[in-house]
Amino acid sequence: MGYERQADFGTPEVLSDQQVTLTIDGREVTVPAGTSVMRAAGQCGGSIPSLCATDSVKAFGSCRMCLVEVEGMRGTPASCTTLVAPGMVVHTQTDRLARIRKSVMELYISDHPLDCLTCSANNDCELQDTAAEVGLRDVRYGYDGKNHMGQADDTSNPYFAFEADKCIVCSRCVRACDEVQGTLALAVNGRGFGSKIGAGQLEDTFLSSDCVSCGACVQACPTSALMEKSVKELGKPERAVITTCAYCGVGCTFRAEMKGEQLVRMVPWKDGKANRGHSCVKGRFAWGYANHQDRILNPMIRESVDLPWHEVSWEEALKYTADKLNAIKAQHGPRALGGITSSRCTNEETFLVQKLVRSGFGSNNVDTCARVCHSPTGYGLSKTFGTSAGTQDFDSVMEADVVLVIGANPTDGHPVFASRLKRRLRQGAKLIVIDPRRIDLVKSPHIKAAHHLALQPGTNVAVMTALAHVIVTEGLAAEAFIKERCDWDEYQDWARFVAEERHSPEMLEPVTRVPASELRAAARLFATGGNGAIYYGLGVTEHSQGSSTVMSIANLAMVTGNIGRRGVGVNPLRGQNNVQGSCDMGSFPHELPGYRHISNADVRAQFEADWGTRLDPEPGLRIPNMLDAALDGSFRALYVQGEDILQSDPNTHHVAAGLKAMELVIVHDLFLNETANYAHVFLPGSTFLEKDGTFTNAERRIQLVRKVMEPANGYADWEVTQELAKAMGLGWNYSHPSEIMDEIARLTPTFTGVSHARLEAEGSLQWPVNDANPDGSPIMHVSGFVRGKGKFIVTDYIPTDERTGPRYPLLLTTGRVLSQYNVGAQTRRTDNTAWHPEDLLEIHPLDAENRGIKDGDWIRLASRTGETTLRATVTDRVAPGVVYTTFHHPATQANVVTTDYSDWATNCPEYKVTAVQVLPSNGPSEWQETYASWSEKSRRVARVPAE
Amino acid sequence: MEIDRLTYMANQIARNLAPQGEEEAIELTFQHLRDFWDPRMKTAMLGGNRAGLDPIARVAVEKLAELA
Repeated sequence: MGYERQADFGTPEVLSDQQVTLTIDGREVTVPAGTSVMRAAGQCGGSIPSLCATDSVKAFGSCRMCLVEVEGMRGTPASCTTLVAPGMVVHTQTDRLARIRKSVMELYISDHPLDCLTCSANNDCELQDTAAEVGLRDVRYGYDGKNHMGQADDTSNPYFAFEADKCIVCSRCVRACDEVQGTLALAVNGRGFGSKIGAGQLEDTFLSSDCVSCGACVQACPTSALMEKSVKELGKPERAVITTCAYCGVGCTFRAEMKGEQLVRMVPWKDGKANRGHSCVKGRFAWGYANHQDRILNPMIRESVDLPWHEVSWEEALKYTADKLNAIKAQHGPRALGGITSSRCTNEETFLVQKLVRSGFGSNNVDTCARVCHSPTGYGLSKTFGTSAGTQDFDSVMEADVVLVIGANPTDGHPVFASRLKRRLRQGAKLIVIDPRRIDLVKSPHIKAAHHLALQPGTNVAVMTALAHVIVTEGLAAEAFIKERCDWDEYQDWARFVAEERHSPEMLEPVTRVPASELRAAARLFATGGNGAIYYGLGVTEHSQGSSTVMSIANLAMVTGNIGRRGVGVNPLRGQNNVQGSCDMGSFPHELPGYRHISNADVRAQFEADWGTRLDPEPGLRIPNMLDAALDGSFRALYVQGEDILQSDPNTHHVAAGLKAMELVIVHDLFLNETANYAHVFLPGSTFLEKDGTFTNAERRIQLVRKVMEPANGYADWEVTQELAKAMGLGWNYSHPSEIMDEIARLTPTFTGVSHARLEAEGSLQWPVNDANPDGSPIMHVSGFVRGKGKFIVTDYIPTDERTGPRYPLLLTTGRVLSQYNVGAQTRRTDNTAWHPEDLLEIHPLDAENRGIKDGDWIRLASRTGETTLRATVTDRVAPGVVYTTFHHPATQANVVTTDYSDWATNCPEYKVTAVQVLPSNGPSEWQETYASWSEKSRRVARVPAE
Repeated sequence: MEIDRLTYMANQIARNLAPQGEEEAIELTFQHLRDFWDPRMKTAMLGGNRAGLDPIARVAVEKLAELA
């Protein structure tokens, strides 16, 4: 498409069963009751000039540009605040209105810089357009009167600037911050003529304020007062391509606005069903990594990880790699080879990697980053409900009455969904937070959690069982639902178990550290408060009982009847953009695409017939098992696409030892990441801007990723995998990812109705999409569970084997921040470092004082596994005895400290519970010094003079 | 594969399935090892010292041995 501004109907869409018919400028129009006259006019092709109205926020009625005449109504009401009525007759263009609008516009322009030709919004400015629309030709007042010129610009935000001179104080930015983002960081300071938009307190800048840089204000601004710095520098885009964000599992869709091959800006797409026109600082602004100087564009090989890299041609790199793989396979057997698919890559790319491993390498040693994040979700929900996915779409939260957030920090991890959730909470829905930390949701502007259960890390199952105890013993169970939808005998067994006195909140309080009365109140609220929706994250899964907690969450949803309709459900908030998709695509070592076990001969036969090869019927190795097997010599070659296991996986020493023991490590990535320090082959990767394909978000929503520029490295990732397969002797011949999706649809029952052509036509589809669900499935388990009857599974609290003691008296839990993403490989290479330049350790004031630690001090964080140093943040956000840090920076490498303990069912690492000691430090740890030196040496590239 | 590591894993699985009742836990532990463990892990478990296995895990491993 060319470049056109997104359609703006002035006021938000209204959903209503009642329709209203009225006449606008002689045309009969029918719209939902509650619609504004402005929107009705826009929907029938009319145009009413406006400045303070935009359809992302409620009508405001301040600019007086959108006035209309209504027969039988006195005066000239604002069309944005006037609602349609049956039989209403509206005139939007009359001489009287033209005079008024021109006069109003004249006043605006009399106090506005007349530098249109050099303004960054020239030809893309609503003020300019409106002046033209009303036919303004002269300003009778002149420009010498009292005005707002000469004010200082605020350029503190790395991505956008505020030019107060250009501001018309329409309040669209303030309202966007309030209503769309929900941060309420902006305000109109002063009164009357002195009114001025400000971020935070009077002394604040945008950067120092609470502004989270989501970009909603910039998008809402009708002038260039708030403008992306990239547009200021590069000029107006000339084309726009709709694509899907490559950051978190929300799956926002954006318009990539381009100038030739240059990305000018990413603007959230209003028609995107996951994000509804909103964005966060990562997707909106943090795309600079795509052309970062660190990006590796040429393949490289080396015989040993002690040697420098040598750049080679693609042909040489692929032949070298294929020959090595074939040789290892011939000598040690297929099970000595394996691969890791990427949750940052497309469905089509992950499908190809697992296909290469299964049909080319000849083993089932394929795993993915979900191993270390949501593998317990797949296990737990498949056992209880019959599917390995969440039950709702994001819109569903707007019908929730009680929201239970456990082990998730949506404002940081899933910010665009968090904005929607906060909107619902501001409308009056109740909130229960179960988290060791006081996350922002617990208390933020106009939001206060009804209950914050600040549990001891590692006691999720105990808390969930105690909640169930209260519901069952106080007669709050939804028995009619259970009798109809679940196995009644299994329910009774489970109910007897949770009703035991040992599971009461009072008995468990010493373990959970949650006051029993608070827990009882939370249970009663969830069971009786109306539609109850559960949202959870890695604070649930990354425990030795991660799968048990997922099952206990499913139990809680079933016992309260909160499954199978809008406003309820079990909603895992997926970490990476395509972690749902990578799981769907058969990235686990025991499952083929569609979550079908490799031992199933009938399923295997379908793939064998399609792929023309025999498949190993035995499950393969998980990532931690691959590392174990490498150390005993039975696993020798690993192809890693788009993951950095050295930084992201636990117990860094163990990961490094495993990688170092392998004969061949192939890293396929954008950058020489930490894993590449132990690699023998580096295959340059492509960014999400450089490829076609699909991502599947946390709602099971499959959306197109569209190529907006050519791959800087020469090939999209699916092409690289295909070339490697060909070099190994496989006869692959895909010419476009749509052909790969056709194969996925052919072989995967939940994807039967999915194709790129259909996604192009419909925007997105939520699986399952098949004969039983031809239009997809926004809500799961509506008339029955996928597995038949919902299964209650007894989950008993079993303490982790990771224990505190005199040497390691504190519990460390890890997480992420808004501005950084996962291991930071992308976001560290953007200006997002302005918000988070280093990992910090949060420690409670009491624990800090006991150790003589002050805010900002360097501290040594030590566990039984290893130690690192970083600076301390003293805060009561964490409870006494608990410390918290992030894992975004390799210089800190928080996973040097985490352990090998993992979920009993899936081996998802126990990142959330590590016994540690924290002491003052005066320098980096021995490991940090050694690793820094090794890392620098390992990244050397030999410069060979051209012949 | 280190037998101590595999023994720990098998015991952890059994311990978490124990609340289902002993008979069910044995069956589920057996199924888990069968369905999720790579052949070399199974081989190492079956050929290694089983002294460290908890009762439920031990019977489950014996069932696994019957498959081999």
